[in-house]
Amino acid sequence: MPQILKLLAQRIALGLILLFLVSALIFAGTVILPGDVAQSILGQSATPEALANLRKDLGLNEPALQRYFNWLGGAITGDLGTSLTSGADITESIGKRLSNTLFLAFWAAVVAVPLAIFLGLLAVRFKDRWPDKAISAVTLASISIPEFLIGYVLMYLIAVKMRWFPSVAMINDSMTLGEKLSSIALPVAVLTLVVLAHMMRMTRAAILNVMQSAYIETAELKGLNGFQVIYRHAFPNAIAPIVNVVMLNLAYLVVGVVVIEVVFVYPGMGQYLVDHVSKRDVPVVQACGLIFAAVYIGLNMIADLVAILSNPRLRHPK
Amino acid sequence: MKNIPIAAMIGLFFTALYFLAAIFAPLISPYGMAEIVGDVWEPASSEFLLGTDNIGRDLLSRMIYGGRTTIFIATAATIVSFTLGSVLGFFAAVAGGWVDQVLSRFVDLIMSIPTLIFALVVLSVTPVTVPMLIIVMGLLDSTRVYRLARAVAVDIEVMDYVEAARLRGEKIAWIIFREILPNALSPLVAEMGLRFIFAVLFVSTLSFLGLGVQPPEADWGGIVKENKDGIVYGIPAALAPAFAIATLAISVNLVADWVLNRTTSLKGGRG
Amino acid sequence: MSEPLLKVRGLKIGATVYPPGEKPHDIEIVHGVDFELAKGKVLGLIGESGAGKSTIGLASMAYGRGGVKITGGEVWVNGREILSAGVGDIRKLRGAEVTYVSQSAAASFNPAKKIMDQVVEAAVEQKKFSRKDAEERARVLFAKLGLPDPDNIGDRFPHQVSGGQLQRCMTALALCPEPDLVVFDEPTTALDVTTQIDVLMAIKEAIRDTGVAALYITHDLAVVAQVSDDIMVLKMGNTVEYGSVDQIINAPQEEYTKALVSVRSIEHEEKAPTAEPVLSVRNITARYQGTKFDVLHGVNVDLYPGQTLAVVGESGSGKSTLARVITGLLPPREGEIEFAGRTLSNDLAGRSREDLRELQMIYQMADVAMNPRQTVGTIIGRPLEFYFGMRGAEKKKRIIELLDEIELGEKFIDRYPAELSGGQKQRVCIARSLAAKPKMIICDEVTSALDPLVADGILKLLLDLQKIEDVAYLFITHDLATVRAISDNIAVMYQGKVQRYGGKSKVLSPPFDDYTDLLLSSVPEMRLGWLEEVIANRKMESAGN
Repeated sequence: MPQILKLLAQRIALGLILLFLVSALIFAGTVILPGDVAQSILGQSATPEALANLRKDLGLNEPALQRYFNWLGGAITGDLGTSLTSGADITESIGKRLSNTLFLAFWAAVVAVPLAIFLGLLAVRFKDRWPDKAISAVTLASISIPEFLIGYVLMYLIAVKMRWFPSVAMINDSMTLGEKLSSIALPVAVLTLVVLAHMMRMTRAAILNVMQSAYIETAELKGLNGFQVIYRHAFPNAIAPIVNVVMLNLAYLVVGVVVIEVVFVYPGMGQYLVDHVSKRDVPVVQACGLIFAAVYIGLNMIADLVAILSNPRLRHPK
Repeated sequence: MKNIPIAAMIGLFFTALYFLAAIFAPLISPYGMAEIVGDVWEPASSEFLLGTDNIGRDLLSRMIYGGRTTIFIATAATIVSFTLGSVLGFFAAVAGGWVDQVLSRFVDLIMSIPTLIFALVVLSVTPVTVPMLIIVMGLLDSTRVYRLARAVAVDIEVMDYVEAARLRGEKIAWIIFREILPNALSPLVAEMGLRFIFAVLFVSTLSFLGLGVQPPEADWGGIVKENKDGIVYGIPAALAPAFAIATLAISVNLVADWVLNRTTSLKGGRG
Repeated sequence: MSEPLLKVRGLKIGATVYPPGEKPHDIEIVHGVDFELAKGKVLGLIGESGAGKSTIGLASMAYGRGGVKITGGEVWVNGREILSAGVGDIRKLRGAEVTYVSQSAAASFNPAKKIMDQVVEAAVEQKKFSRKDAEERARVLFAKLGLPDPDNIGDRFPHQVSGGQLQRCMTALALCPEPDLVVFDEPTTALDVTTQIDVLMAIKEAIRDTGVAALYITHDLAVVAQVSDDIMVLKMGNTVEYGSVDQIINAPQEEYTKALVSVRSIEHEEKAPTAEPVLSVRNITARYQGTKFDVLHGVNVDLYPGQTLAVVGESGSGKSTLARVITGLLPPREGEIEFAGRTLSNDLAGRSREDLRELQMIYQMADVAMNPRQTVGTIIGRPLEFYFGMRGAEKKKRIIELLDEIELGEKFIDRYPAELSGGQKQRVCIARSLAAKPKMIICDEVTSALDPLVADGILKLLLDLQKIEDVAYLFITHDLATVRAISDNIAVMYQGKVQRYGGKSKVLSPPFDDYTDLLLSSVPEMRLGWLEEVIANRKMESAGN
């Protein structure tokens, strides 16, 4: 299967090139914009000496290209530099927070993905009937509501009024898994709601697309029952689009995490990024931006790889 | 104006209401925007229809002024993203060749970074002012408009009637304005509504994170941020602006949906 | 005959339609149809698009496609009424007693599964055969249907075989469970004419050898006459005429049937070459940008003023590419084009407005050849304005003249394309090209998207207009009946080359080269026994070799 391997290799190479260009873009975004970084960090009242010192600390006196490659080289070897505001090693600070964020995103995905696929199937099964219409209405509402609103409404109702779960999601290493899960229950619920509608609608569209194919009609005219039609004929063709839907929404989830962590004061990457944007701590922002972008690009790449692998025309060339 | 479905009617009514409130904010708000008129977090009363905020300002007045800021920024950002995105998108589709390749690959690159993350990176080094917010949001969002405009134009470009116009010897301006544009208008107008909603949500999110409109200016996201601590004490002041954002977004969505359905079902007929 | 295999009584079928700007509502598309079919017989259902023939075919499996619902009547299969049967009984019927062959085998095979798995699935699932016996039976059917490598073709995936082969695999799929009845729904319509005849022969022999009964649905009366015992002519969901194939073809009673039988019998006297050609294509070799293979190899043809050159060929022959080269949309790699005594620039951008005016084009799909946002008046008026600077009353007067010429009239001037029928749209496109007062018009498959009777009307109109306007046509088509009806000269194209070229009578009379012979002998003729003759001839030839 040389052709399929070539396509896979091409897609992976494309992902790496994209990542490289994105790193350049993130770096450039903090360098070539109007205004002096040191000035905007320290504000208009800064003394010339302080500015000069900061420029030196930031390495601003070196050419931009050299600074970029120093930074990129460091990032590849796991050295993301030190924070301007706290002087802490960024790699170390991020490590713990990244695992917290992934913990949160993982549990949100565990809840949201099966639920969304199940509800998407339900919408197909009852197409144009009330469950389907309810799902479209929820989708319309959910793309119109900011994530933090869902967060605060749930917090207000469930944490404050009913007192089922804590309103802030603090976790630390001494907690058991059960305690941790109870602590993140609310943010997981919010994240689930944030991606659910999108994922349901896209799953519905993907399955409907397959179900309207002529080969599904052929299967029905063979006298197969509904289960056999779906299991034998629809499912093998629906895997790729559904994986695609899931990956796109996980990528969306990664971004949603930023806001939700702030709402629930959760000690993750998003909280860390937002804190340091307002402190104008450029190295931290660059590091976080790169990691978020890498996860996002990686998930999109997986979606494309699955689509290539599941295409019968590529798996069985002429 | 007859035959407007009920959902679109509701959408139009609320959209108009919000825009009018934004335009006439100084005339209709009962108190000044930054005026401290009562105690902290007073409940709703006949004096303060929505109660007061975290430092005793009238919440309704702040909401009206906040809506003004939010809607202004979102509208301006939409105009930027729309103008830039559709002009470049059409240009890429009609020009084709390397112009199209360069523009499209660059847009792919920008879109491979989540918008919020990119905006945060940029806002970490630029001064956070209203014009800056409009430019950053407008530029980032123009990538989506570009993609749609290009896709729509490319679809129309390959139609035989465009080829017929080329074979007739028509100039490029005729082809863009008389053959392509009339057929591309409806998806673009519907998209404008969606881009506006996105801009409202986006500026609110940034302000909520403390990286958008800076105090003492009010905007809806900022009001949520100011009052969020009240939630823990059971004070729902932070939910009012969040509710306003959601209703505005849903209203615009209903209108955009209707525009899209109406014009796609038109198929060149009159109405 | 005791009990017929299939008996349909008062069948009514409805559908929900979603007209733009209106509430969805139900309409009736089949208004009470009766017919019956004995064991081992073939009934042809024929009609134009919208006649309801496919819908009726699927109703014999108690199936409604999309929003289609069977609203009344009875369908009896093997003595049981199936419309009132339960879901389980209907499932036992489908794929066992009645099977289905669709128009597009390419879409009807699951792309993710091997052909064999799909061919035997119904037979195994319905417990007619064991998996092993079913596969054996499938291989026998593959061989009978003339598929290459019948023992192993089942291991391939659908995209690994050609369109004509896949259509035969679909027939094997339908015959594998040893059904009593097969519904063939336009099984050869999507195929090229030389492929169609192979599939048609395979189907006919398979029906004869297995003794299965069939409903054969098509819009092509010449095709259905070859395979059927009886024919039912349908129009707008009503039966027009129902009788034996002999009666329908040789003694049709109804006007509509007569029209269908005599379709494409336009008489057109061949004209001899006169004076200088208006168009001379010289040694054109061309390829598409970014490809490595030429699609045209040294093409030479001439077109004389006021005459018609038909360029005929199957898909991939390069006939449409030739049109693109002549219009300047695809500059050739070699060769040149002389037009009205001057050499045309190879590139569209290098041509004068006069060049463009005198060389017009009409497209296959009239739907997409007109801007849906412009009225008929704007569409026809633009060339008048653009080439002749006409304005106001003068322009309007000319538009009305043109509308009269195409037999539509002034009332159409403010209509939009969406408000016109297929034939009317194509007429407006003709008027638009005539508005430029051209010396020649390229007609690219202008009738192939239309129903036969409508297509006939367009051909007659084009011939009349040629006399009035003295315009030359370069007529690109895959349909030999159209070629006979309209051409003075013919160029037969095959794999990017002109295979045969000359006056109509010369090109269409022997001696033939191999390809032209194959092409001509593959076109179904409207007479009984034609297919048997061709089968017999080809068997003799291959025995002789």
